[in-house]
Amino acid sequence: MTPASSPQDDGAIAEIISQIIEGHAHLEGPLLPMLHALQEEFGVIHEAAHAPLCKALTITRAELKGVISFYHDFREKPAGKHVLKICRAEACQSMGGTALAERLLEKLGLDWHGTTPDGKLTVEPVYCLGLCACAPAAMVDEKLIARADEVRVEKALSAKNIGVSA
Amino acid sequence: MKIYVPMDSAAKALGADEVAAKLTQEIAARGLEAEIVRNGTRGMIWLEPLVEIEKDGERLAYGPIAEEDVAALLDGQIETLGTVEDIPFFARQTRLTFERCGVIDPLSLDDYEAHGGLEGLKRAIGMSQDAIIDEVKTSGLRGRGGAGFPTGIKWDTVRLAHAPQKYIVCNADEGDSGTFADRMIMEGDPFTLIEGMAIAGLGCGATKGYVYTRSEYPDAVAVMRQAIEIARAAGVLGPNVLGCGRAFDMEVRVGAGAYVCGEETSLLNSLEGKRGVVRAKPPLPALEGFLGRPTVVNNVISLATVPVIFAKGAEHYANFGLGRSKGTMPIQIAGNVKFGGLFETAFGMPLGTLVNEVAGGTASGRPVKAVQVGGPLGAYLHTDQFDTPFGYEEFDGQKALIGHAGIVVFDDTADMLAMARFAMEFCAVESCGKCTPCRIGAVRGVETIDRIKEGDASAIPLLEDLCEVMTDGSLCALGGFTPYPVLSALRHFPEEFAPNTAQKEAAE
Repeated sequence: MTPASSPQDDGAIAEIISQIIEGHAHLEGPLLPMLHALQEEFGVIHEAAHAPLCKALTITRAELKGVISFYHDFREKPAGKHVLKICRAEACQSMGGTALAERLLEKLGLDWHGTTPDGKLTVEPVYCLGLCACAPAAMVDEKLIARADEVRVEKALSAKNIGVSA
Repeated sequence: MKIYVPMDSAAKALGADEVAAKLTQEIAARGLEAEIVRNGTRGMIWLEPLVEIEKDGERLAYGPIAEEDVAALLDGQIETLGTVEDIPFFARQTRLTFERCGVIDPLSLDDYEAHGGLEGLKRAIGMSQDAIIDEVKTSGLRGRGGAGFPTGIKWDTVRLAHAPQKYIVCNADEGDSGTFADRMIMEGDPFTLIEGMAIAGLGCGATKGYVYTRSEYPDAVAVMRQAIEIARAAGVLGPNVLGCGRAFDMEVRVGAGAYVCGEETSLLNSLEGKRGVVRAKPPLPALEGFLGRPTVVNNVISLATVPVIFAKGAEHYANFGLGRSKGTMPIQIAGNVKFGGLFETAFGMPLGTLVNEVAGGTASGRPVKAVQVGGPLGAYLHTDQFDTPFGYEEFDGQKALIGHAGIVVFDDTADMLAMARFAMEFCAVESCGKCTPCRIGAVRGVETIDRIKEGDASAIPLLEDLCEVMTDGSLCALGGFTPYPVLSALRHFPEEFAPNTAQKEAAE
């Protein structure tokens, strides 16, 4: 929980967390759907959700942490406001994906998983977006970009008000 | 007039949504009577967005169409490619599994039925469980995820198991680079997968199914979920499948970015809400799978092929193919190619024909250097191996595998040592950590390849030895098959692993 949040906020968050847990409790193997829903709601898996999750599923905190840390998608710290994913897999490499990624990272002044200082953008590697016949591929939030090059990616970023310096 | 604009992710990534929006605008402005249908892709990705206009009983293709071309398209100023069926890339194919993909509106059950959909399920309803399994066995269908295990035998194991609940789990965790067939069918003809799973359910006595797919495929997830709701509302799914008195229902589950969850036992753990670590076999998932109960785990394409087997008969399907590789395979042509896309054909076409003729060689116009077949765990094949027919045993004989039938073409600028290093690096990133050869071996593999790069020739036998340990000692295909790309690069392109000339000269 962030120190800035008031007790009232904590109460509201706890309420949402319990609704999400209850809403998925009837499923077989409900933990991943719960984690996805929590992350969708908050952008992270709140620590406040740990105890109620463990209680609802009768698992230990270690088991829960083990699951959260296993999957690349789940975050314990928030990402930037927008996320740029660049495919690193072989089909994209065959079409110059590695060089494209290097140039974009350099221009953004970031390394993989890095976030810009203004918190606007996080860059993540991804291993295959299924756009292998029109490689290289990238994704800005939910928007897929095939035959990606610097111009097309920068255009998609500027649509989110993210400038890329030279 | 009907205008088809694909809603497939690849088409969208190339501007199909913008084309559709512009068409809607222009149609309204011109007062035209036209309906826009968002279909799947026909699979010729280099022509996407491929727009088809159906008028006077003829459906003509135009592509690639950009947003700026829409006015000219409606003015009749853009030359047609003819019908899709006339385009050579398409005309050469045998479309069985993908027959409807791109033809119909993916979310119209009426359209699906009008094109032969549900015929297979209706036939299966009239058959005993024994007969259903025999039909699958006769078809010769083998696991399209890569392992090539006979589907009918797997189903039979589940059928014969005693348990209060059995499951059909569809492995749609299509993480292999160079593959997109699962995504394409889920986005373009989702009812085929639903029908195939329902038939599997009837055959094995399973009443519940799961499609486990990737978070990287948000469009496929959305289309599948809508299709399941439509099928349920129409009584195709639910307590009384098409009124037969037996139940089958299903839902979609989404992974969370772990490649290893494409391995069936990791997938089952993930589905149960655990870390996606591999389970040792035995017990087989067919006996102790999801929640410890008998479970069929089949790839999307295996299950999506079941309806056509039942609609046209097992013999019809088995008549295609080569040797023990029966039927057709949707080959995904990707990477540095002129004509990339999905090419469904009977097993047996030589790799060189696929690369040089069907794919038209490289997009860059440079010579082909290597082709990786079967994803990141597949071997790099040299042009010397281009006469190898596309089949399970034939590729095995070349110390290669067909996997999920993705082929990724590289031109002569490819750095094979770097590709071998990447294979190890990928394995290290994605290893579930359960077994040592994979967890530690992949990290040591990266280091060993770096030593080779720096000119240490003594590291080459070390790398070979390490690969042997990974192959023999890993629990699953991630650690066990990573040596395929590594050793094939080493074997076929030894000059790229040799200490470089400068270092040699200095040594002399």
